[in-house]
Amino acid sequence: MIIVIIIGMALVTMIPRIVPAFLVNKFVFHSWVNRWLQAIPYAALGALIFPGILTVKGEDPKIGLLGGLVAIILSYIGLNVVFVVMGAIAAVYFLTM
Amino acid sequence: MEESSYQTMLSRSQSVQKGVKIGIPLAIGYVPVALTYGVLAQQAGLSIIELTLMSVFVFAGASQFMAVNMIVAGISAVEIIIATFVLNLRHFVLSLSLMNEFRNHIPLKSRAALTLGLTDESFAVSALNKEEREEKHGVLFFTALYLVGYLSWIGGSVAGGVLGEVIPHQLSQSMGVALYALFIGLLVPAVKKEMKFAIIAIIAMLLNGVLDQFVSEGWAIVSSIVLGSFFGIFILKDEAS
Repeated sequence: MIIVIIIGMALVTMIPRIVPAFLVNKFVFHSWVNRWLQAIPYAALGALIFPGILTVKGEDPKIGLLGGLVAIILSYIGLNVVFVVMGAIAAVYFLTM
Repeated sequence: MEESSYQTMLSRSQSVQKGVKIGIPLAIGYVPVALTYGVLAQQAGLSIIELTLMSVFVFAGASQFMAVNMIVAGISAVEIIIATFVLNLRHFVLSLSLMNEFRNHIPLKSRAALTLGLTDESFAVSALNKEEREEKHGVLFFTALYLVGYLSWIGGSVAGGVLGEVIPHQLSQSMGVALYALFIGLLVPAVKKEMKFAIIAIIAMLLNGVLDQFVSEGWAIVSSIVLGSFFGIFILKDEAS
Protein backbone atom coordinates (compact mmCIF):
# COMPACT_ATOMS: atom_id res chain seq x y z
CA MET A 1 0.00 0.00 0.00
CA ILE A 2 2.85 2.38 0.86
CA ILE A 3 4.39 1.53 -2.51
CA VAL A 4 1.22 2.70 -4.30
CA ILE A 5 1.40 5.97 -2.39
CA ILE A 6 5.08 6.41 -3.30
CA ILE A 7 4.48 5.73 -7.01
CA GLY A 8 1.51 8.10 -7.10
CA MET A 9 3.39 10.83 -5.25
CA ALA A 10 6.40 10.37 -7.55
CA LEU A 11 4.25 10.79 -10.67
CA VAL A 12 2.32 13.86 -9.52
CA THR A 13 5.59 15.46 -8.41
CA MET A 14 7.59 14.54 -11.50
CA ILE A 15 5.08 15.66 -14.12
CA PRO A 16 4.88 19.34 -13.09
CA ARG A 17 8.67 19.38 -12.82
CA ILE A 18 9.45 17.95 -16.23
CA VAL A 19 6.70 19.36 -18.50
CA PRO A 20 8.19 22.90 -18.68
CA ALA A 21 11.45 21.50 -20.14
CA PHE A 22 9.43 20.55 -23.23
CA LEU A 23 7.02 23.50 -23.14
CA VAL A 24 9.76 26.07 -23.69
CA ASN A 25 10.66 24.30 -26.94
CA LYS A 26 7.13 24.65 -28.25
CA PHE A 27 6.46 28.28 -27.42
CA VAL A 28 8.24 31.55 -27.90
CA PHE A 29 7.07 33.78 -25.09
CA HIS A 30 6.02 37.37 -25.37
CA SER A 31 8.44 39.73 -23.62
CA TRP A 32 6.02 40.33 -20.75
CA VAL A 33 5.92 36.57 -20.08
CA ASN A 34 9.70 36.54 -19.98
CA ARG A 35 9.72 39.35 -17.44
CA TRP A 36 7.16 37.48 -15.38
CA LEU A 37 9.27 34.31 -15.46
CA GLN A 38 12.39 36.29 -14.55
CA ALA A 39 10.66 37.60 -11.45
CA ILE A 40 9.66 34.14 -10.23
CA PRO A 41 12.88 33.32 -8.34
CA TYR A 42 12.49 36.43 -6.19
CA ALA A 43 8.80 35.88 -5.55
CA ALA A 44 9.55 32.24 -4.72
CA LEU A 45 12.28 33.23 -2.25
CA GLY A 46 9.89 35.67 -0.58
CA ALA A 47 7.05 33.16 -0.29
CA LEU A 48 9.39 30.42 0.91
CA ILE A 49 10.90 32.60 3.63
CA PHE A 50 7.72 34.08 5.04
CA PRO A 51 5.66 33.10 6.99
CA GLY A 52 7.49 29.75 7.25
CA ILE A 53 10.42 31.26 9.13
CA LEU A 54 8.10 31.99 12.08
CA THR A 55 7.74 28.25 12.67
CA VAL A 56 11.42 27.46 13.30
CA LYS A 57 10.63 27.13 16.99
CA GLY A 58 7.01 26.06 17.20
CA GLU A 59 5.50 28.36 19.79
CA ASP A 60 7.97 31.24 19.60
CA PRO A 61 7.99 33.10 16.25
CA LYS A 62 10.67 35.57 17.31
CA ILE A 63 13.35 32.85 17.39
CA GLY A 64 12.98 32.31 13.64
CA LEU A 65 12.82 36.05 13.02
CA LEU A 66 16.04 36.64 14.95
CA GLY A 67 17.75 33.77 13.11
CA GLY A 68 16.59 35.36 9.86
CA LEU A 69 17.91 38.75 10.96
CA VAL A 70 21.33 37.23 11.63
CA ALA A 71 21.23 35.66 8.15
CA ILE A 72 20.35 39.04 6.60
CA ILE A 73 23.25 40.77 8.36
CA LEU A 74 25.81 38.06 7.53
CA SER A 75 24.66 38.00 3.94
CA TYR A 76 24.62 41.78 3.69
CA ILE A 77 28.27 42.05 4.77
CA GLY A 78 29.10 39.70 1.91
CA LEU A 79 29.75 36.35 3.59
CA ASN A 80 29.47 33.15 1.56
CA VAL A 81 26.10 31.38 1.85
CA VAL A 82 27.68 28.51 3.83
CA PHE A 83 28.62 30.92 6.62
CA VAL A 84 25.24 32.65 6.44
CA VAL A 85 23.58 29.27 7.01
CA MET A 86 25.93 28.24 9.81
CA GLY A 87 25.68 31.64 11.49
CA ALA A 88 21.89 31.44 11.54
CA ILE A 89 22.01 27.91 12.97
CA ALA A 90 24.41 29.08 15.70
CA ALA A 91 22.20 32.07 16.50
CA VAL A 92 19.09 29.92 16.94
CA TYR A 93 21.08 27.38 18.94
CA PHE A 94 22.21 30.01 21.45
CA LEU A 95 18.80 31.70 21.56
CA THR A 96 17.11 28.44 22.53
CA MET A 97 19.70 27.37 25.12
CA MET B 1 25.55 41.98 -25.04
CA GLU B 2 27.88 43.17 -22.30
CA GLU B 3 26.32 40.80 -19.81
CA SER B 4 27.35 37.79 -21.86
CA SER B 5 31.03 38.45 -21.26
CA TYR B 6 30.60 35.90 -18.48
CA GLN B 7 32.14 32.85 -20.22
CA THR B 8 35.16 31.93 -18.17
CA MET B 9 35.72 28.60 -19.88
CA LEU B 10 36.00 26.31 -16.93
CA SER B 11 37.25 22.82 -17.66
CA ARG B 12 34.99 19.83 -17.05
CA SER B 13 36.43 19.09 -13.64
CA GLN B 14 36.37 22.77 -12.64
CA SER B 15 32.68 22.93 -13.54
CA VAL B 16 31.94 19.85 -11.46
CA GLN B 17 33.96 21.19 -8.52
CA LYS B 18 32.19 24.52 -8.68
CA GLY B 19 28.81 22.76 -8.75
CA VAL B 20 29.73 20.73 -5.67
CA LYS B 21 30.96 23.85 -3.87
CA ILE B 22 27.82 25.83 -4.63
CA GLY B 23 25.81 22.75 -3.57
CA ILE B 24 27.30 22.56 -0.07
CA PRO B 25 24.94 25.03 1.63
CA LEU B 26 22.12 23.07 -0.01
CA ALA B 27 23.37 19.88 1.63
CA ILE B 28 23.80 21.61 5.01
CA GLY B 29 20.17 22.66 4.76
CA TYR B 30 18.88 19.27 3.60
CA VAL B 31 20.62 16.86 5.95
CA PRO B 32 18.92 17.86 9.23
CA VAL B 33 15.52 17.98 7.51
CA ALA B 34 16.13 14.60 5.87
CA LEU B 35 17.24 13.10 9.20
CA THR B 36 14.03 14.32 10.80
CA TYR B 37 12.00 12.89 7.93
CA GLY B 38 13.76 9.53 8.33
CA VAL B 39 13.00 9.42 12.05
CA LEU B 40 9.32 10.37 11.62
CA ALA B 41 8.77 8.01 8.69
CA GLN B 42 10.28 5.14 10.63
CA GLN B 43 8.10 5.95 13.65
CA ALA B 44 5.09 6.07 11.33
CA GLY B 45 5.73 2.44 10.45
CA LEU B 46 7.46 2.76 7.08
CA SER B 47 10.27 0.28 6.54
CA ILE B 48 13.76 1.62 5.82
CA ILE B 49 13.31 0.57 2.19
CA GLU B 50 9.97 2.35 1.88
CA LEU B 51 11.14 5.58 3.44
CA THR B 52 14.27 5.54 1.28
CA LEU B 53 12.28 4.85 -1.90
CA MET B 54 10.07 7.81 -1.09
CA SER B 55 13.14 10.07 -0.90
CA VAL B 56 14.58 8.56 -4.09
CA PHE B 57 11.43 8.84 -6.19
CA VAL B 58 9.54 11.78 -4.72
CA PHE B 59 12.41 14.01 -3.52
CA ALA B 60 10.19 16.79 -2.22
CA GLY B 61 10.63 17.41 1.49
CA ALA B 62 7.44 19.12 2.53
CA SER B 63 5.23 16.61 0.74
CA GLN B 64 7.11 13.68 2.25
CA PHE B 65 6.48 15.02 5.76
CA MET B 66 2.86 15.59 4.87
CA ALA B 67 2.48 12.07 3.46
CA VAL B 68 3.98 10.52 6.58
CA ASN B 69 1.52 12.43 8.76
CA MET B 70 -1.37 11.42 6.54
CA ILE B 71 -0.30 7.76 6.57
CA VAL B 72 -0.29 7.83 10.37
CA ALA B 73 -3.75 9.38 10.33
CA GLY B 74 -4.96 6.54 8.10
CA ILE B 75 -5.89 8.77 5.17
CA SER B 76 -6.45 7.07 1.81
CA ALA B 77 -3.75 6.82 -0.87
CA VAL B 78 -5.81 8.85 -3.34
CA GLU B 79 -6.16 11.75 -0.92
CA ILE B 80 -2.45 11.66 -0.10
CA ILE B 81 -1.57 11.74 -3.80
CA ILE B 82 -3.94 14.64 -4.52
CA ALA B 83 -2.59 16.63 -1.59
CA THR B 84 0.96 15.97 -2.84
CA PHE B 85 0.00 17.22 -6.29
CA VAL B 86 -1.35 20.48 -4.89
CA LEU B 87 1.63 21.01 -2.59
CA ASN B 88 4.12 20.34 -5.38
CA LEU B 89 2.32 22.29 -8.09
CA ARG B 90 4.66 25.20 -7.44
CA HIS B 91 7.42 23.15 -9.07
CA PHE B 92 5.66 23.71 -12.38
CA VAL B 93 6.04 27.46 -12.07
CA LEU B 94 9.61 27.23 -10.77
CA SER B 95 10.57 24.82 -13.53
CA LEU B 96 8.98 27.00 -16.21
CA SER B 97 11.02 29.97 -15.02
CA LEU B 98 14.28 28.00 -14.97
CA MET B 99 13.67 26.19 -18.26
CA ASN B 100 13.00 29.53 -19.94
CA GLU B 101 16.49 30.59 -18.85
CA PHE B 102 18.00 27.31 -20.01
CA ARG B 103 16.19 27.01 -23.35
CA ASN B 104 18.98 28.44 -25.51
CA HIS B 105 21.85 27.10 -23.48
CA ILE B 106 21.16 23.58 -22.27
CA PRO B 107 19.93 20.85 -24.63
CA LEU B 108 16.44 19.42 -24.14
CA LYS B 109 17.44 15.99 -22.83
CA SER B 110 19.84 17.41 -20.26
CA ARG B 111 17.48 20.07 -19.02
CA ALA B 112 14.60 17.60 -18.83
CA ALA B 113 16.78 15.34 -16.68
CA LEU B 114 17.78 18.26 -14.47
CA THR B 115 14.14 19.11 -13.72
CA LEU B 116 13.83 15.80 -11.88
CA GLY B 117 16.15 17.23 -9.22
CA LEU B 118 14.22 20.47 -8.94
CA THR B 119 13.17 21.51 -5.45
CA ASP B 120 12.53 24.91 -3.90
CA GLU B 121 16.15 24.95 -2.79
CA SER B 122 17.86 23.64 -5.91
CA PHE B 123 15.69 25.98 -7.97
CA ALA B 124 16.66 28.99 -5.87
CA VAL B 125 20.36 28.15 -6.00
CA SER B 126 20.37 27.52 -9.74
CA ALA B 127 18.20 30.53 -10.63
CA LEU B 128 20.59 32.80 -8.76
CA ASN B 129 23.62 31.17 -10.40
CA LYS B 130 22.06 31.10 -13.84
CA GLU B 131 25.13 32.64 -15.55
CA GLU B 132 26.65 29.14 -15.30
CA ARG B 133 24.32 27.99 -18.10
CA GLU B 134 26.57 29.93 -20.50
CA GLU B 135 29.62 27.91 -19.53
CA LYS B 136 30.77 25.29 -21.97
CA HIS B 137 30.24 22.63 -19.31
CA GLY B 138 27.27 24.29 -17.65
CA VAL B 139 25.36 21.00 -17.67
CA LEU B 140 28.07 19.45 -15.51
CA PHE B 141 27.89 22.35 -13.08
CA PHE B 142 24.14 21.93 -12.61
CA THR B 143 24.33 18.13 -12.54
CA ALA B 144 26.94 18.25 -9.77
CA LEU B 145 24.93 20.84 -7.86
CA TYR B 146 21.71 18.81 -8.10
CA LEU B 147 23.42 15.54 -7.21
CA VAL B 148 24.91 17.02 -4.04
CA GLY B 149 21.41 18.02 -2.98
CA TYR B 150 19.78 14.75 -4.04
CA LEU B 151 22.35 12.47 -2.45
CA SER B 152 22.41 14.42 0.81
CA TRP B 153 18.61 14.16 0.96
CA ILE B 154 18.67 10.39 0.39
CA GLY B 155 21.64 9.85 2.71
CA GLY B 156 20.01 11.91 5.46
CA SER B 157 16.72 10.02 5.12
CA VAL B 158 18.39 6.63 5.41
CA ALA B 159 20.51 7.78 8.36
CA GLY B 160 17.43 9.14 10.15
CA GLY B 161 15.52 5.90 9.56
CA VAL B 162 18.36 3.63 10.64
CA LEU B 163 19.95 5.58 13.46
CA GLY B 164 16.92 7.41 14.85
CA GLU B 165 17.44 10.73 16.56
CA VAL B 166 21.19 11.06 16.17
CA ILE B 167 21.20 14.82 16.55
CA PRO B 168 20.19 16.27 19.94
CA HIS B 169 16.78 17.90 19.75
CA GLN B 170 18.04 21.41 20.43
CA LEU B 171 20.58 21.19 17.62
CA SER B 172 18.14 19.72 15.09
CA GLN B 173 15.64 22.42 15.99
CA SER B 174 18.31 25.07 15.46
CA MET B 175 19.15 23.52 12.13
CA GLY B 176 15.53 24.06 11.11
CA VAL B 177 16.52 27.63 10.31
CA ALA B 178 19.09 26.44 7.73
CA LEU B 179 16.87 26.42 4.64
CA TYR B 180 15.45 29.84 5.47
CA ALA B 181 18.99 31.15 5.94
CA LEU B 182 19.90 29.64 2.57
CA PHE B 183 17.01 31.50 0.92
CA ILE B 184 18.01 34.73 2.67
CA GLY B 185 21.64 34.21 1.69
CA LEU B 186 20.55 33.99 -1.94
CA LEU B 187 18.08 36.87 -1.84
CA VAL B 188 20.15 39.52 -0.06
CA PRO B 189 23.04 39.70 -2.58
CA ALA B 190 20.51 39.91 -5.43
CA VAL B 191 18.66 42.72 -3.66
CA LYS B 192 21.94 44.58 -3.07
CA LYS B 193 22.40 44.67 -6.83
CA GLU B 194 18.79 45.48 -7.70
CA MET B 195 16.26 46.83 -5.19
CA LYS B 196 13.41 45.83 -7.49
CA PHE B 197 13.92 42.20 -6.49
CA ALA B 198 13.21 43.14 -2.87
CA ILE B 199 9.87 44.64 -3.87
CA ILE B 200 8.85 41.43 -5.65
CA ALA B 201 9.99 39.27 -2.72
CA ILE B 202 8.20 41.40 -0.13
CA ILE B 203 4.96 41.39 -2.13
CA ALA B 204 5.14 37.59 -2.33
CA MET B 205 5.84 37.37 1.42
CA LEU B 206 2.83 39.49 2.27
CA LEU B 207 0.60 37.58 -0.14
CA ASN B 208 1.71 34.29 1.37
CA GLY B 209 1.22 35.63 4.90
CA VAL B 210 -2.38 36.53 4.06
CA LEU B 211 -3.29 33.55 1.87
CA ASP B 212 -1.83 31.14 4.42
CA GLN B 213 -4.73 32.07 6.73
CA PHE B 214 -7.37 31.05 4.22
CA VAL B 215 -6.17 28.23 1.96
CA SER B 216 -3.88 25.21 2.28
CA GLU B 217 -0.12 25.75 2.30
CA GLY B 218 0.25 24.38 -1.24
CA TRP B 219 -2.25 26.78 -2.79
CA ALA B 220 -0.97 29.70 -0.71
CA ILE B 221 2.63 29.25 -1.88
CA VAL B 222 1.87 28.68 -5.55
CA SER B 223 -0.54 31.63 -5.73
CA SER B 224 1.83 34.00 -3.95
CA ILE B 225 4.65 33.03 -6.32
CA VAL B 226 2.49 33.49 -9.41
CA LEU B 227 0.86 36.74 -8.24
CA GLY B 228 3.99 38.20 -6.61
CA SER B 229 6.11 37.65 -9.71
CA PHE B 230 3.37 39.24 -11.80
CA PHE B 231 4.55 42.60 -10.47
CA GLY B 232 7.86 41.87 -12.17
CA ILE B 233 6.15 42.46 -15.51
CA PHE B 234 5.82 46.13 -14.63
CA ILE B 235 9.07 46.75 -12.80
CA LEU B 236 11.69 44.58 -14.48
CA LYS B 237 13.47 45.49 -17.70
CA ASP B 238 13.78 43.09 -20.61
CA GLU B 239 16.93 41.02 -20.42
CA ALA B 240 18.92 40.68 -23.62
CA SER B 241 19.32 36.96 -24.20
